[in-house]
Amino acid sequence: MAQLICKELALGYDGKTVAEHISFQVNKGDYLCIVGENGSGKSTLVKTLLHLKKPLSGTMEFGDGLTQKMIGYLPQQTVVQRDFPASVKEIVLSGCLNRGGFRPFYSKEEKELARETMEKMGITHLANRCYRELSGGQQQRVLLARALCATREVLLLDEPVAGLDPKVTKEMYELIARLNREDGITIIMVSHDIAAAIRYASHILHVSREPLFFGPTEDYLKTPTGKAFAEMGGEQE
Amino acid sequence: MNQLLYFFSFPNVQYALIVGVLIALCSSLLGVTLVLKRFSFIGDGLSHVAFGALAIAMVLKLTNDMLIVLPITVVTAILLLRTGQNAKIKGDASLAMLSVGALALGYLIINMFAKSANISGDVCSTLFGSTSILTLSSADVWICGIMSVLVIVLFLVFYRQIFAVTFDENFATATGVRANLYNLLIAVITALVIVVAMNLVGSLLISALVIFPALSAMRVFKNFKAVILCSAVISTVAAFLGIVLSMIGKGAPVGSAIVAVNIVVFLIFSLIGRIRGGK
Ligand SMILES: Nc1ncnc2c1ncn2[C@@H]1O[C@H](COP(=O)(O)OP(=O)(O)OP(=O)(O)O)[C@@H](O)[C@H]1O
Ligand SMILES: [Mg+2]
Repeated sequence: MAQLICKELALGYDGKTVAEHISFQVNKGDYLCIVGENGSGKSTLVKTLLHLKKPLSGTMEFGDGLTQKMIGYLPQQTVVQRDFPASVKEIVLSGCLNRGGFRPFYSKEEKELARETMEKMGITHLANRCYRELSGGQQQRVLLARALCATREVLLLDEPVAGLDPKVTKEMYELIARLNREDGITIIMVSHDIAAAIRYASHILHVSREPLFFGPTEDYLKTPTGKAFAEMGGEQE
Repeated sequence: MNQLLYFFSFPNVQYALIVGVLIALCSSLLGVTLVLKRFSFIGDGLSHVAFGALAIAMVLKLTNDMLIVLPITVVTAILLLRTGQNAKIKGDASLAMLSVGALALGYLIINMFAKSANISGDVCSTLFGSTSILTLSSADVWICGIMSVLVIVLFLVFYRQIFAVTFDENFATATGVRANLYNLLIAVITALVIVVAMNLVGSLLISALVIFPALSAMRVFKNFKAVILCSAVISTVAAFLGIVLSMIGKGAPVGSAIVAVNIVVFLIFSLIGRIRGGK
């Protein structure tokens, strides 16, 4: 049973179509990479999957007992204002909010979960630091920790490595791969890094105006675009 | 000292202290969220809307103009705040637009339809409160007390939600938290506080009470909880000191005295922030 099934989705803003005929499904434990050039509608697709936006047409369904409250999300850009006073701990904890309850404070278990997650992300020593004073890579880890607090099931990541240096990028990919492998968390990730997508992902969705691809990574390598990208990626390494 | 105790024995002074401190507390709690959501000027903007509504009431020759002023202001506040981060026009811009627009239209309406009206008097009362803080009745104190308890309880119960929605509305929505609902809640309590406070102490003071304690606290503290607590403390202490000062310095207007104390606190906190940041 699939966790997420999209059929013939059409995406756009104010009635203008950005991408259409998007059909795919995600099963538990999948690692789906969404690729495509700038402006092809990847972030729009992610926002639609998160119910932040309605599709122009088509259907999207959760299955396998998945609900909105079981999803974690790492945005492409967070619109956090420069002067927002928030400590790392407060931000990570805020990921637990969808667990419900009308208490004004977080429960012991939630605090424990936040602590464990920060440990896993290697940001325990930053717990009391102010978020806006961290480096881009550290901030990204904090937001990933928050996303993890919000979910045990599905993690949606929109360009999690944008702006990170090669070393931190690699660490980030390894971290995400480990979450997928060891904790069985389903990963849906937007990325421009085709080489990494081919290395880590189990499935690939190529979003573009018309020609689309969805399927296992091995098959993607056989398509003309996949071949071209794979060769480009191979040259880079 | 004896003189102060003597002042405090007057019920009017007691009322002023209670109302002043409670409003200061409520507005500082909301102030942090409002400043961070780019709605620092909401007090000012809403007072202009109230003025516009007053103009309409005047033209309609309503005897109790609150009947029209109150709902219009509350609805405006809700419409403004409800949209949150995803608004097409950002908070500061929409506020500025509304405030200037309402002022102009209100003035236009008054001049066209109600020539005899006492315009400067009404502008003054929306800016500085319809009554002086020293002439409050016990009913005013009750209204203010009930409102404050409501605001404080709501704030405590929904503290986590308020943080989440202020920090990152999209993440909250994406993970199944009903951000719209909480935005609406913030909007409603803000509207309530501002509209009630506007009538009691005037919009000038309420604007200052929203902005200053939050900004002062943000100079020094860098996590949300500390900022909220600190701004609540600053605000109540400053309100108390301001009222006492205006008693001692006979004739000093209470509102202005409170704002003056807040300015001093802000300067001190900026200095502390500088020294800490520079180490
Ligand atoms: N809020 C918006 N209103 C109107 N159009 C938008 C909006 N956001 C994005 N678009 C348009 O939708 C299209 C897809 O945008 P989207 O952000 O989904 O692209 P993307 O694939 O994520 O690109 P990138 O790789 O640069 O992140 C673009 O042409 C963009 O101009
Ligand atoms: Mg994008």
